Amino acid sequence: MKLANGNYIRPPARYSWWMRQGRYWRYMMRELSSLFIGIFCFILVWGLFRLAQGEAAFNHWTNELWYQSAGLCWLIFLFATYHSYTWFMVTPKAMPIKLNGKRVAAYIIIGAHFLLWLFASLVVWYAFIYGGNT
Amino acid sequence: MNKLVDTQDPNTTQPLPKASNKPIIWSLFAAGGTITALLIPILVFVIALAVPLGLLSADLFSYARLVELANNPLVKIILFFVISLSLWHAAHRLRITAHDFGLRADGFVMFFLYGLAAVTTMFLGWILLFL
Amino acid sequence: MNSQTSTSSPNIGKVRTLDIEILRYDPDKDQQPYFQTYQVPCQEEWVILDAINYIKDNLDRTLSYRWSCHMAVCGSCGMMVNGEPLLSCHAFVRDMPDKVKIEPLENFPIARDLIVEMDGFMDKLSSVKPYINAAEDRTIEDGTYKQSPEELKDFQQYTQCINCMLCYSACPQVALNESFVGPAALALAHRYNLDNRDIGRSAREDVVASNDGIWECSFVGACSEVCPKHVDPAAAIQQTKIAATTDYFKRFLMPWKSNNKHTKSKDDNSRQSSTKGGNDETGKR
Repeated sequence: MKLANGNYIRPPARYSWWMRQGRYWRYMMRELSSLFIGIFCFILVWGLFRLAQGEAAFNHWTNELWYQSAGLCWLIFLFATYHSYTWFMVTPKAMPIKLNGKRVAAYIIIGAHFLLWLFASLVVWYAFIYGGNT
Repeated sequence: MNKLVDTQDPNTTQPLPKASNKPIIWSLFAAGGTITALLIPILVFVIALAVPLGLLSADLFSYARLVELANNPLVKIILFFVISLSLWHAAHRLRITAHDFGLRADGFVMFFLYGLAAVTTMFLGWILLFL
Repeated sequence: MNSQTSTSSPNIGKVRTLDIEILRYDPDKDQQPYFQTYQVPCQEEWVILDAINYIKDNLDRTLSYRWSCHMAVCGSCGMMVNGEPLLSCHAFVRDMPDKVKIEPLENFPIARDLIVEMDGFMDKLSSVKPYINAAEDRTIEDGTYKQSPEELKDFQQYTQCINCMLCYSACPQVALNESFVGPAALALAHRYNLDNRDIGRSAREDVVASNDGIWECSFVGACSEVCPKHVDPAAAIQQTKIAATTDYFKRFLMPWKSNNKHTKSKDDNSRQSSTKGGNDETGKR
């Protein structure tokens, strides 16, 4: 669009800008991970609801989840992992930490988060297996 | 300068919608994002993938056992906390994503996504409290 | 900068003809920009700017573009090269394919050929009050400010911005919202907010912590990737988000505890977030 003062304004590619470069694709994938995470939250809430409805309802839910939604679940898992990976990689940018007046190197902060992730995962894994009185 | 000109349609002079994130929204987003990053992958794995993969026995998911687990107040609190924050994080990020995809109806998107997250959270709370 | 070209490189002196397409636009003659192609024999050690200078000197005197230092410190020669915002003096021909498409910086109005209109950018820079807002008036007798090397290190990387505007071209939020204050301006605000001589963070909040400020950023991170001086505006913005959020909660939860000291701003009309008596807004330094 040409303006009165002679300048020309190129219309931005409102719908397709993210298809232009690899870095924008990766950004969109990161953002879309939230869609799958949201879907998983619904799945969990629904599962709790079915649990409350009784054994038959709940067993039906687990059956559907495990044997009829494998594709979706794997997608959710991949996107959730991608979210975690990208989230931890940017933490040092948002929170630069100084120790004894010197900046802590980014890889240490990132590494600490990945370790924390591993630890939390192990806690959940073992808590689920050994939790409860069964 | 040209702040108010919609370059897609030069004849309109509506202000382009702004993503009105405020600190409260963003801090919930950040908290939700961290919780999600730390816990969702393993939760997906344990709940949805481990049994079909043969890594966990389906007995661990027996009705009796899970009802007992779900009645534990600590478990209820953790579940509520983790799920509602993750929902909030996802809703907010999807709102931004809608904007990134070029959707201009920010008000509607906000209402829809946050509303969905709020309703689901309330539903979850009701289930955990009363069922 | 890596220096892979050595005098013993077998490629020195080799000439490769590049097919260079440049977006042309003459406001006096054209209604729309159009591409014009030039065959340019390029030395392998050249940068794109050398190729453009060759075109201007030998093929087409009418080509207009900005450049100056030819060493990536002045920030003048920013342009889109095969879709990537680069400094043309910093874009090596040896990294380019045979076909090169050159356009003016994305997200800016074209004034002529590769020259973009910078006024909006300059306005955004000055809107964040990019100068020291000191805690008190200092006279010559008071001597200099005291700042340790550690205090300098806190904000030094954010002083490196050369205003080349590559970050504005890379940022999709700038494309989607013209009013977004943008990476360079927000990094500059952060530079002053981190400076121990400055207490102007609350004075900058109106612009920085507004809906068109840091909150428009969705942390794509492209700005930091294209920045030739490694300023990392994305980091500056995320840190500002955290700072603005904690400020907000402090104000909300502890309104009696105010972080806002007197801020002597040069702008008489600047709104002070909390004025606790005796704030002389027209104080001249």
